[in-house]
Amino acid sequence: MMRTVLRLEHIRGNDRERVGGKGFALATLVKRGLKVPHGLCIGVDAYKRYLADTGLGARILMEIDRKDFAEVRWEEMWDASLRIRNLFLKTPLPEDLRSLLSSSLESELTDKSVVVRSSAPGEDSTHASFAGLHESFVNIRGLDSILEHIRLVWASLWSDRALLYRQELGLDVHQSSMAVVIQELIAGERSGVTFGKNPNDPSQVVIESVYGLNQGLVDGSIEPDRWLLDRKSGVIIDHHATERHLAVGAHGESTRLEKLAAEKQNVPPLTNHEVKKVFGLALELEEIFGSPQDVEWTFLGDELYLLQSRPITTMAGKNKEDKRAWYFTLRRSFDNLKALRSRVEDELIPAMEHETKIFAQRKPAELSDAELAKELYERQEAYDRWLQIYWDEFIPLAHGIRLFGQVYNDTIRPDDPYEFMDLLGATEMASLERNRRLEDLAAMIRADPVLGDNLSKRHYPGPDHSFSRALDSFIERFGDLSCSAELCTQGRDSIIRLLLELSSRPAVKERFPTKDLESLRVSFFSHFQGDKRLRMEELLDLGRASYRLRDDDNIFLGMIQNQLRLAIEESKGRLTDRSNLEVERLDPLEIIEALNNPDYVAKKVVAIPEKSAHFDIRPRQLVGQPASPGLVRATARVITEPSNLFDFKGGEILVCDAVDPNMTFVVPLAAGVVERRGGMLIHGAIIAREYGLPCVTGIPNASSLIHTGDELTVDGYLGIVIKHS
Amino acid sequence: MTQITGSGSRRKTLLSEESELEQLIRELFESQKLAVLGTQKEGQPYANLIAFASSDDLKSLYFATARATRKYANIDADARVTVLIDNRSNQDSDFSQAAAVTATGTAQEVVDFKRDEVLAIYLAKHPMLEEFVRSPTCALLQVEVQTYYLVRKFQNVMELHVK
Repeated sequence: MMRTVLRLEHIRGNDRERVGGKGFALATLVKRGLKVPHGLCIGVDAYKRYLADTGLGARILMEIDRKDFAEVRWEEMWDASLRIRNLFLKTPLPEDLRSLLSSSLESELTDKSVVVRSSAPGEDSTHASFAGLHESFVNIRGLDSILEHIRLVWASLWSDRALLYRQELGLDVHQSSMAVVIQELIAGERSGVTFGKNPNDPSQVVIESVYGLNQGLVDGSIEPDRWLLDRKSGVIIDHHATERHLAVGAHGESTRLEKLAAEKQNVPPLTNHEVKKVFGLALELEEIFGSPQDVEWTFLGDELYLLQSRPITTMAGKNKEDKRAWYFTLRRSFDNLKALRSRVEDELIPAMEHETKIFAQRKPAELSDAELAKELYERQEAYDRWLQIYWDEFIPLAHGIRLFGQVYNDTIRPDDPYEFMDLLGATEMASLERNRRLEDLAAMIRADPVLGDNLSKRHYPGPDHSFSRALDSFIERFGDLSCSAELCTQGRDSIIRLLLELSSRPAVKERFPTKDLESLRVSFFSHFQGDKRLRMEELLDLGRASYRLRDDDNIFLGMIQNQLRLAIEESKGRLTDRSNLEVERLDPLEIIEALNNPDYVAKKVVAIPEKSAHFDIRPRQLVGQPASPGLVRATARVITEPSNLFDFKGGEILVCDAVDPNMTFVVPLAAGVVERRGGMLIHGAIIAREYGLPCVTGIPNASSLIHTGDELTVDGYLGIVIKHS
Repeated sequence: MTQITGSGSRRKTLLSEESELEQLIRELFESQKLAVLGTQKEGQPYANLIAFASSDDLKSLYFATARATRKYANIDADARVTVLIDNRSNQDSDFSQAAAVTATGTAQEVVDFKRDEVLAIYLAKHPMLEEFVRSPTCALLQVEVQTYYLVRKFQNVMELHVK
C-alpha cells in the first residue's frame, strides 16, 4: 500500500512533503516523547488522487484563472473561494479512496471526538508561515463526518486568504497540495498559547490562557489572562488578569461559547506552577526546532498536552499599501460580529447621519472663498475619515453574510452557491423603500394623464395638489439622497423628469422570489434542533443585518460624499474664470489651494498618448463575474457622473464603475447592470438580484470600454458582456 | 485635523492596453509556426493546417500552398478566408492560459516584385520549406487581414480592426 495514511509515530524524516508542516512537526514531537494527542495523517497523495480522479483540478483552474489576478478585487476572491469550496462539497470521494481512508480511520478514531486539521506542505517552515490560511475543525465525530471534513480541509487550500497570498505561497493547481491531520480531541479545561519570544520585547516569553478550549483565544472572542516571563530566568515579570466570563466548550458536533462557572471567574486559569510548566515546554520546543515557537497547548486535569508548535513569524504585508493584512481581519467570529453590528447600528451610522446634517446646514454658496476652502477641507477630511471607518468596520461586518452562507451551503449543498442570499434579501433596505416611493409617485402620474401632460410641459401643480404633497414628502424623507444625484442643483425638475420616464413604463415590480422563501427557510432550519436551532436563527439574523447594512452603509457614506461634492462644485464654479486653471482636472487639495491663492497654477498634467497606429481596437466579449442570473440584449447607458442618471431611459443597461447606492433609483428602469467592481456582495449585485435583473460585475474598465448607445448582451449566468457592432 | 488624501480621479487610459494587445499578437505569431486556415466551397467550410508568417505591421499573413490543392481552388473561387493562430498545449491550463487569434480577410497570390520580399519574410521563419516554396507549382499567398479577434482567458474577446 502507498503511504497514504500514516500514524504520527510512523512518519519518517523524509515524509515532510507528504504529510505537510503541521503533521511533520507533530510527528517530531511524538518521537521526542512529548505528550501529543493520538492521531494520524492523511498524506498529500489522497488529495492529489481526489483531484485527478474527479476532474476537480481542471475546474479549480478554470475558476481561479478566470481573470487576470491583478484585476481581481478582494470581494471577487471571496466569491471564487466560495465557489471552489462548493465544488469540494459537491464532489464525493471516489469509492476506492473512500474505502482506503475508511479502513484506516475506522480502526483508530471513528468512535472518538476528533480534530481535523490542515497540514500544507511548505507551511510552518521558518520561511513561509501564514497562520490562519487554512481550516481546521474541532469536535468532529463519526466516519462520514470526518471524511467530509477532510474534503473541507482540502478545500481550504483555496481559501480566500490563500488566494490572496497565492504568489507568495506559489499556489498552483498542479503543484500545491494539502495533507490532513486527524487527532483525538482533548477536551482541555484550561488552554492557551505561548509565544517563545515576545514580539515587543525579545527578552520575554508571553503566555496567554483561557478556560475551556483554545478556539476562543485564537479567534479573539475571549480575552485571555496574560503572563510575561523573563526568557533567561523564567521569572514571572507580569500577570495581566482579565475579566473572565466565557469559555469555549465542545458541544454536540462543534464547539460553542459558554458562560464560565462563577467559581472560576475569580481564579486565573493557570497557577504559577503551571505557568512555569508551560514556559518550560516552550523552551524545550525552541531547542527541538531551533527557533522560538508559537505553541498551542491545553491542560486536561493536571496533564499538559501539546497541540501545535510552529515558528514565530510576522504577518506578511506590513506595507500600508498592501491591504492583505487588513483583509485577514475580516475573518471574525460570530460573537465578534455581533458586537460589531451593534456598534455600526447604534453608534457609527447615527454619527454619520448627524455629521451629514451639520454639513447640510452650511450652504457652500453663502461662504466666502476662504470659508469655502476651509469647508471643503473639513468635508474631505470627514469623507476620508468615514471611508477609513467603512473599510475598518463596515466591510468586516459583511463577513456575517459569508458566515451564514457557509453554514447554509454546508447544510443544504445547493446547486447555486448563492441560494442563501435569497434568505438574506428578504429584508428592508433603505434604497428599496426609496424606489417604492418613487414608483408610487410614478403611479400617480400614470393614473392622471392630464397631470402627466402638464408636468412634461413644466406646468407644475400647486403646493396643495396631492402630487405636490407626495413629492414634498418624498424630498423631505429622501432629500439628502436625491441631493447627491444632483437634484439639489437641478431642483425638482430632475425628479419629475425621472418620474415621467418611470410613469411611461408599466409599474416595476420587485422580484417575486422564484423559490418559495418560506420553504427554503423551513428546509434549512429543519436540520437543527434545540439550542443549535436558536443559534442558527441568531446567525440568520446577523446575516440579514450584515446584508442590509451592506446597502445602508453605502447610502450613508454616499451622503457624506455628496456634501463633499457640493462643496467641490461650488468651488469649481468660482474658479472657472481663471484662465490658468483646468478646473475639471483639479483634485480637492488643488482646489483648496486655488481658493486661497488667486495666482495658483496647477501642476502639469501628463498628456494622453496616441492610440494604436495600426488598429482600431474594440472589446467584443468581456469577462466578469456572474452576479445575478438572466440574459438581456439592450442599449448601454454609461454613467460617469450623477447627471447622466436623468437621461436614463427605461430598458437600457446600466453601465458604471461602481453602482453608487444613490444611483439605484434608476435600477428599476434598467434591463441589466454592468459594473467594474466585482463580487456578489457589492451593491449593484444585491440590488440587481432584488429586481431580478441580469447583472455582471468585475468588468475591468467597464465605463471606458463601453459607451452609451452601444448594443450589449448581458449574460448574468456566465458573467460575460458582449458588445455588438 | 487629519491629513486628507485629495483623491482626484484620473482615469487610466486604454492606451497601455492597446499597445499590449498588439504586442501580445506579435508574440503569439512569433511563437507559432502553424495556423488553421478556413476556406469554403459552395458554403461548405474547409479547414487546413498551414505554415504561416506575418508582416511587421501585422496587417498581412502569408502562407504557401501547392496550386493543385483544394484550399487553392477554394480561394480561387472565393478569396474570403479565416486564419486561426493559438498557443494551446493540450493541457487543462489551456482554458485559462492559452490565447487564440482569429483573423478574417481576403487571400490572394503574391506575384512579381513583391514575391521576393514576402518570400524573404516567409523563409526567415520556415527555412526548411525553401524547396517547397521555390517549386514552380507552389503559390505564395497573402491574407489581407480586416479584423483580428483575440480570445484570452477562455471567454475574453477583443476585436482589432485594421485601420
